[in-house]
Amino acid sequence: MENLFLIRYGEIGLKGENRSLFEDKLLSNIKYSIKKFDKNLSVYKTPGRIFLNTSADKDIVKESLQKTPGLVSFSPVEKVDLDINEIKQIVLKIANSHIKDDSKITFRISARRSNKEYKYDSMDLQYDLGEHIIENIDEDNIKVDLHNPDLDINVEIRKNFAYIYSKVYEGIGGLPAGTNGKVGLMLSGGIDSPVAGFMGMKRGAEIIPIYFHSFPFTSDRTKEKVIDLAKVLANYQNKIDLYIVNFTEILKEINDKCPDKLLTIIMRRLMLKITEMIIEKQNGKAIITGESIGQVASQTLEAIKVTNSVPELPILRPLVGLNKLQIINLAKDIGTYEISIRPYEDCCTVFVPNSPETRPTINQVLEGEKNLNINDLIKQAVNNVEIININ
Amino acid sequence: MDYIYLDNAATTKLHPKVIKKMNNMLSNNFGNPSSLHRLGINSEKEIKNARENIAQIIKVDPIDIIFTGSGTIANNIAIKGAINRLKKFGNKIITTQIEHKSVLEIFKYYETQGIDVIYLPVNKDGLIDIGYLKKELDDDTILVSIMAVNNETGVIQPLEKIGNLLNSYENLYFHVDGIQALGKIEVNIKKANIDLFSMSAHKIHGPKGIGSLYINKDIVIDKILHGSNQEKGFYPGTENTPGIVGFGEAIKHIPTNDELHKMKNLKLSFAKKIQNNITDVKINTPTNNLSAPHILNVSFSKVKGEVLVHSLENDNIFISTGSACSSKKDTTSHVIKAIGIPDKYKEGTLRFSLNKDITKRQLDYVFEKLQNNIKSLRKIMG
Repeated sequence: MENLFLIRYGEIGLKGENRSLFEDKLLSNIKYSIKKFDKNLSVYKTPGRIFLNTSADKDIVKESLQKTPGLVSFSPVEKVDLDINEIKQIVLKIANSHIKDDSKITFRISARRSNKEYKYDSMDLQYDLGEHIIENIDEDNIKVDLHNPDLDINVEIRKNFAYIYSKVYEGIGGLPAGTNGKVGLMLSGGIDSPVAGFMGMKRGAEIIPIYFHSFPFTSDRTKEKVIDLAKVLANYQNKIDLYIVNFTEILKEINDKCPDKLLTIIMRRLMLKITEMIIEKQNGKAIITGESIGQVASQTLEAIKVTNSVPELPILRPLVGLNKLQIINLAKDIGTYEISIRPYEDCCTVFVPNSPETRPTINQVLEGEKNLNINDLIKQAVNNVEIININ
Repeated sequence: MDYIYLDNAATTKLHPKVIKKMNNMLSNNFGNPSSLHRLGINSEKEIKNARENIAQIIKVDPIDIIFTGSGTIANNIAIKGAINRLKKFGNKIITTQIEHKSVLEIFKYYETQGIDVIYLPVNKDGLIDIGYLKKELDDDTILVSIMAVNNETGVIQPLEKIGNLLNSYENLYFHVDGIQALGKIEVNIKKANIDLFSMSAHKIHGPKGIGSLYINKDIVIDKILHGSNQEKGFYPGTENTPGIVGFGEAIKHIPTNDELHKMKNLKLSFAKKIQNNITDVKINTPTNNLSAPHILNVSFSKVKGEVLVHSLENDNIFISTGSACSSKKDTTSHVIKAIGIPDKYKEGTLRFSLNKDITKRQLDYVFEKLQNNIKSLRKIMG
């Protein structure tokens, strides 16, 4: 059986001349995510609305639409000819499906008419359809409430058809993924970075996650964990290329040549440098990280300053205003939390200094880096990066 | 790829004859042993043979052997079945601090149910103190469960001494987790007065998903699973015929005494080499006759066990750690904790476990790689 969904989008409407670009991207993102379950789906736009017609399972469609950035809300909808009797029939069917034998529900009809040539106006429709319901359902079971009804039956009269629905599901809103260009995401196995990536996608970015692997100091299970995280994130932008950088030799060199208390800072500086080199090749425009001010030693404002100055690309930190608990709740909502808390810990803790510098200065860090002989290692790491395509 | 597998206490590679035997069962002899027709009877016969093979090795009556889904399930059937049966006679059960999780967790569960549980401490070799056990034993005690060979250090408990001690108590059963012992050391079930003895196939080059339990016909335990009458009703459900037959075949190929002797000598000289050539090590396995021939547990200071495992994996050597790599929480294994270990060794524990095909040349190669890796890792982490 085919189901029709009416899809609403908000912010795209504001985007002026880019409007059709944004709409087309949202259309193709929706198509991509449902195509897996129904090859013959159809998605099309009418002014201000997108319609999806598919035989895929209703719950699966619902779940997919709820993971599509740019989509404000949607409703499973019945499409009928502009014949008042047909409209009455559907409206009554919807009302009946909500009736419970032992209790009374309240309802209203909300009618809109964008097709001004239709012979009934909104007021007429609301009255006639409401009356039809009251006449056909026992008064012990239903009554009208215009202000706070249990059931709100919406009837939209458009050019060729009427669209009728009673349920509105919220989406995540924002902008369609990919409409604002590519950004690199520094993805670790932790809780924060996947959430930061989600925030970027919600604002239209197409993320390219980059993970730094340090076998044997980090278990291959951590790598599997990061791949699983990328798979969850891929649900929001449909496909993701995960970049895995072999960081072991660089880590050893840092450990060997740099002062103990600066290890983490210098490590982060080099990770940013490598990220930028990879992202620029992909024409990326920014780097997203999961940093939040003051959460750990490498996230003091002083530490952020000395890492921030490494890349020329802007570093975006969407979690900067969130507390840990808020980040955890978001991670649970987007489905990455359970993966992030798997116990394969990052053995890079091997390289965590005993007393890290929390107020580093740029001169101090440059001095600390002066013995590093690392350009070849960095080139090698960038050239040998492993790319995993996730669909 | 050529590799050296020294994680035989975790699981073992299937013996080729086991594969052949199982393949035949899977392809041709697929009948349900409960079926009345010839195919059923054929399967039933194969199970009978497997049961006899196991009985012959551990020197008991085949009628006292049941097959289960794993060693863990055998432990559950034995321990829960015994406690449920005997709880009207007493409220105290005894085990050791170094049991496998599949025993310890059952005892912890009964602890929450109001039963008095004693966890016997062990000395630095991992041995329980017989005097301590004697002191704890009383008429209220209904079950003693002590493993034959510890899975982490290989230490062997004095089962016959323990069994003799228990003999004078009525309404007390003696369970032994024999999973690491099977095929590696001689356990005299009769002489040690063992009532319940758990075994597993995949530790002796048999398949996974099949275990076995010896239940002394002179005792009665409750059933913890309910269904038809397969395996005397203790493990109901259609028999895993290929698994059972694989177990029965595997046990025919356990190492001979000569092979065990050779394994032990290889292990001891490997341990000696480590002790003589690598600084700051602690051998956790007793190197006298108190340990099984296949397990060697060693702790190194200034390295993390998991990083060493991954480094050796790069050299195609597969071993196991005694603890997970973690800076946040203390993950030293309960066994290593129980034998007592100085803090500096806590994170660097490795377990090497051999099989009869491991050669001196292989161990020499492993030693060389081990020494190199420790040297370079200590430089980084030290």
